[in-house]
Order: sequence, then structure tokens, then C-alpha cells
Amino acid sequence: MRRPDLTFSALDHTPASKPGRDEFTNPEGKPFIDAMRQGSRENGVRVFDLNDAEHGISHVVAPEIGMVLPGATHAVPDSHACTVGGLGALAFGCGTTELEHVLATQVIALIKPKRMRVNIVGKLGAHASAKDVALNILSQIGSSGGRGHAIEFAGEAARALSVEGRLTLCNLTIEMGSRSGLVAPDDTTFQWLAGRPWAPGGAMWERALTHWRTLRSDDDAFFDKDVTVNCEGLAPQITWGTDPAQVIPVDGRTPDPSSMPADKRALAERALAYMGLAGGEHIEGLPVHRVFIGSCTNARLPDLREAAAILRGRKVAEGVVALVSPGSGKVKREAEAIGLDSIFKDAGFIWGESACSMCAGANGDGGQSGERILSTTNRNFENRQGRGARTHLVGPALAAAAAVSGRIVDVRKLADGQA
Amino acid sequence: MKAFTKAAGVAIPFLENDVNTDQIAPVGGGVKLHEDYTETLFKNRRRRDDGSIDESFVFNSPQFRRGAILVTGHNFGCGSSRESAVWVFQAIGVSCIIARSFADIYRENCLQNGVLALALPEADAARLELSVLSANGAPVFSVDLVERTIEGPDGLHIRFEISEAERTRLLEGLDDIGLTLKQLPEIEAWEKRMASEAPWAQHANASSL
Ligand code: SF4
Repeated sequence: MRRPDLTFSALDHTPASKPGRDEFTNPEGKPFIDAMRQGSRENGVRVFDLNDAEHGISHVVAPEIGMVLPGATHAVPDSHACTVGGLGALAFGCGTTELEHVLATQVIALIKPKRMRVNIVGKLGAHASAKDVALNILSQIGSSGGRGHAIEFAGEAARALSVEGRLTLCNLTIEMGSRSGLVAPDDTTFQWLAGRPWAPGGAMWERALTHWRTLRSDDDAFFDKDVTVNCEGLAPQITWGTDPAQVIPVDGRTPDPSSMPADKRALAERALAYMGLAGGEHIEGLPVHRVFIGSCTNARLPDLREAAAILRGRKVAEGVVALVSPGSGKVKREAEAIGLDSIFKDAGFIWGESACSMCAGANGDGGQSGERILSTTNRNFENRQGRGARTHLVGPALAAAAAVSGRIVDVRKLADGQA
Repeated sequence: MKAFTKAAGVAIPFLENDVNTDQIAPVGGGVKLHEDYTETLFKNRRRRDDGSIDESFVFNSPQFRRGAILVTGHNFGCGSSRESAVWVFQAIGVSCIIARSFADIYRENCLQNGVLALALPEADAARLELSVLSANGAPVFSVDLVERTIEGPDGLHIRFEISEAERTRLLEGLDDIGLTLKQLPEIEAWEKRMASEAPWAQHANASSL
């Protein structure tokens, strides 16, 4: 390994997220945890282990400690590496062999991606957040709309997002078919980074800042693909199918496959069948069995706040299993310091530990066949959250609203007292 | 890395679009550090909900249990970057995957394992798909990287394009790490330059600078 000083290991996919878990709670994950520890130790690599104050999902931890900096490059053997583009870094998800090359050489061999800009304009509607923006973009460009391209998310609505929101937005870049996506760094970025434990300080901070301020696209920059997405008054979004681009507004209806072009029809029919839905059906009102708030998409402090705002004074509906897994140990501590954990627990949520948890179903958490799950994660693929489990991707507000209602509801009506 | 010059034999038709790696190589329920990849391949889709084998699923058909070439649709291998989604095909003998298009990371993962990943233009893909469907498991296809051709029954002959760099890498089974390390002096020079121009970016913990 060429640069162990620039290499870090995170234990996120395989540890259990059950309250009070340890490395033995998920026996299936134990060999992976052991292998990661051993390989890291042999190579002198720091592991963010379970008892580490900086433990958590790698895509959450790396930004929050200031390891990720604008203009830096990151390689991660996980497709959601793109998340950290929210800080203006360029990240590449890669496979195992490609990672081996990075570890041995500290460089990555690439075919230069084409350039794509997604211009996001308009002001979001009530209870819509970065996740809804990302889902809306997906519904417009599709799950291969960004293939072969690196995406810059630009425009007033991207600028208006907090850094956490930008991390959420960039997280779903890979769902759009792109390996890398970013938001150009600006004052929002710099303010967020200042004082983070690993970020430069003092005179070095000033020097870095001068450089970072140059990291923006020229006004006349050329993009191979340039799309504008209007998010004016955007409603909370939800997926109805088994592809993250199969998205409708929460007050919408599932599409009617018979009105689709032939190449989309078969996929839509299969997705509807898997999800136990008919074409042209209202998505509101469907019964919900499980709710998961977590993952590298939506488990940062503002996400938990957003959900807690809905949960305060309400109870999880009977028969619904609701789990929250904060994105990192730090998020968990901060949430507890401001009493968010009590709001979740009083409502009837399981206040879990930080891990990938139900997102990939690789740590013992998951749903049962036929269960309808509202999940703040990024993939609604068949069997992703358990064999036969039906995943609807949503933002934290919609997930919380479903938990207390026992069915899919329009969170805007719930908050107004109409549902 | 294993060199690739030619794949010959059965071509498996799996004509779906947007097939993700979660389907190809599921991780939920019984994931092991060292697994039998022939069993991992489409583990969930090979069985019905009641646990019985779905004989109509292509990878369960006797003639397609093994094959040399996989023929598939658009955006193949989207989703997770897990490399096991390539290894599962190698486990059943596949060393060439021909799709209408590939997800970026998946294509790279193929290349890293000496698997030729070819995206064909629509017209060629359509011809090949028809031919593969009608051959129904007869071992009559070949893909030749030296000649850059795909051959099949009834005179099927398709010439394909591939970048010279990629072709050489596959033909010679070149070890990427060795190749890159030949450029170590440049890498070191770059690091040195960055250490003075942007010192914060060459230290993981920049606050200690
Ligand atoms: S939370 Fe989910 S998407 Fe994110 S890294 Fe973990 S498994 Fe992958």
C-alpha cells in the first residue's frame, strides 16, 4: 500500500444497528469485520471501528470530520462515493480490483467522463427537501441519464441547499447512472467546513480558501449534456417501482403501463407486480409495515430533525416497525444532545446504532416478503431490503408521516391536520 | 490478470434492461466472505417466493447453466459497485458480456477481471440477439478480440469497435498496478508539487499542518 497515511477503513455495511449492538450481534458480519481489522492493521491503516468516536457510514463520516475537502479526489470501493461531491470533491466509486490499484499506486486510471450539468431552479414546496429534488431529477433523466458523465448540480436550488442537502443530492448521482457528481463549493461549503477536526486551520485555512474560491465552472463552460429541472413548488416525492427513477409526487398515481412505450412497459409491469400495485392507483393510503430512517442518503442531523418535527407528539401506528439509524456516532450524539432520540423513542421508533442497517439488508436488518417499507435510502431494487420486500424511497418527512399514519400519506396534509 | 483473446461456445440471452448488481449478485441473507459464486448468481430470481426453482428463468435452463458469452440489454450492471457481480458470470464460464450499454462502474469491473464488455450499436445488437435466441444454447458463437469480430450461425458476422488501449490491456492480460508503477516518478513528482501548492490536500488530517 503506497499511502496508508491517506487511507481509511470504515465498518459500515456489516455491523448490526440494533440498540447496544457489538461486533457479535450480526454473526454473518463478523468475518468481514475481522478481515477489515486484520487487513488494516497489517497495512497500518486507521480503522473507524465500532467503539471509535468517529465511527459511522463512511460517506457520512468523511465529510463531517473534514477529511473531504473541496477539489480533493476520493476513491471508495462503494458506488455511493459520489455523496461527498456535496462538498465540491470529486469522488469515484470503484470495484475491488480497481481499489487494489488505488491502494498500490495512489492513482486511479480513468477514461475522462463527459460533462453534464443539471441546473436546478425554483423554490421547493413545503416538506420537500434535497431527497425530493434528487428523486425528481431521476424521474426526469432516468437511471441511465448520466451514464458516462460526471454531473455538476448547479442552479439556484442547488445553491440554496445546505451542505447536508447537497450530500443527499450527490448521493443519488449513481442512481442517475453517473459515477461522480458535485456541487461547486461556495460560502455555504466553507462555513460548514470551517473548524471541522480534520480541515485545515489558521493560515493554512486561508490559503486553502483562496484556492477553493476558484473551483467553479466558467460562465461559458461547455457541457456535453445540459438539463434544467424546475423544482418550483416541488411536492414530496416517492418511488412506486423497483428502479429509483420510477418516481411520482406523493399525491400522484402510479403510471398506467399500457400508455407507455414498449421498452418501458414490460419493466413497469414487472415493477408494479413486484410492488403489489396496479397501474393508475393512488399511492396515498397504501398500508405501510415498516419505516426506515437512515443510510448515507438521509441520516444526517437535519434529516433526523425533519423527521422528528413530524413525530413530535405523535405515535407510530400499531403494527408498524419503525427504525432510525443515525448516519454516524457523531450524528447520534448530537441528536441525543438536543433530545431528538427522546422524540423518536417516545413516538415508538427503535433508536438504533449507526450502520448501513436496513439499506442493503446485509447486517441482519430487513423486511419480510410482501411488506411495504418506506425508506429514506437510495435503492428500491427487488429484494434489496429482504426477499420480496417492497421498498418505497422517500425523504425523512414522508417516512415519519407514514410511520405515524400506518399508511402512505401526504405529509403536507398531515402537518396541516387534514390527514 | 487473465488475458482475453477469444470467447467461444454458448451465448446466453438475458434480454432485460437496467439489470442491477443487487439482482445479479445479492448480498442479503447468507453472505459469506468466500462464497460459491455459481450459487450467488441471481440467487433471488432463480427461486420463486415459495422456494421452488423457477425453471423458466434463463440461468436455470439446462442449456444455459454455463456459457461463454452473455448477451443483454441497456444499462447492464447498474447500482452497487460490488465486483462479485462480475465474478458470478466468470464462475459459470462467461468471459465476454455483450450489452446494448453498460453502467460505468460495472464495465470497469469487467475490464479489471479480464472480461470483455462490449456495447454494440442498436442494429448489431438486435441482429445478435435474434441469432442467440434462435440458437437456444447451441455452442456456435465466438468473439475474437484479435480480429474484433463476433461470429455466429448462418453467416452472422459483426465487426466491433474497441479502444486500442483497452484491447491491448485485455489481449496481454496486463497487470495495471505494474503498468502504473512504471510511472512512479511522475506520481511522486506530482505529489511533491501538490505538497507545496496545496499542502492541505496531501494530508488526511490537514488541521495538524
Ligand atoms: S447506507 Fe446503503 S447506500 Fe449507503 S453505503 Fe451503506 S449500503 Fe451503501
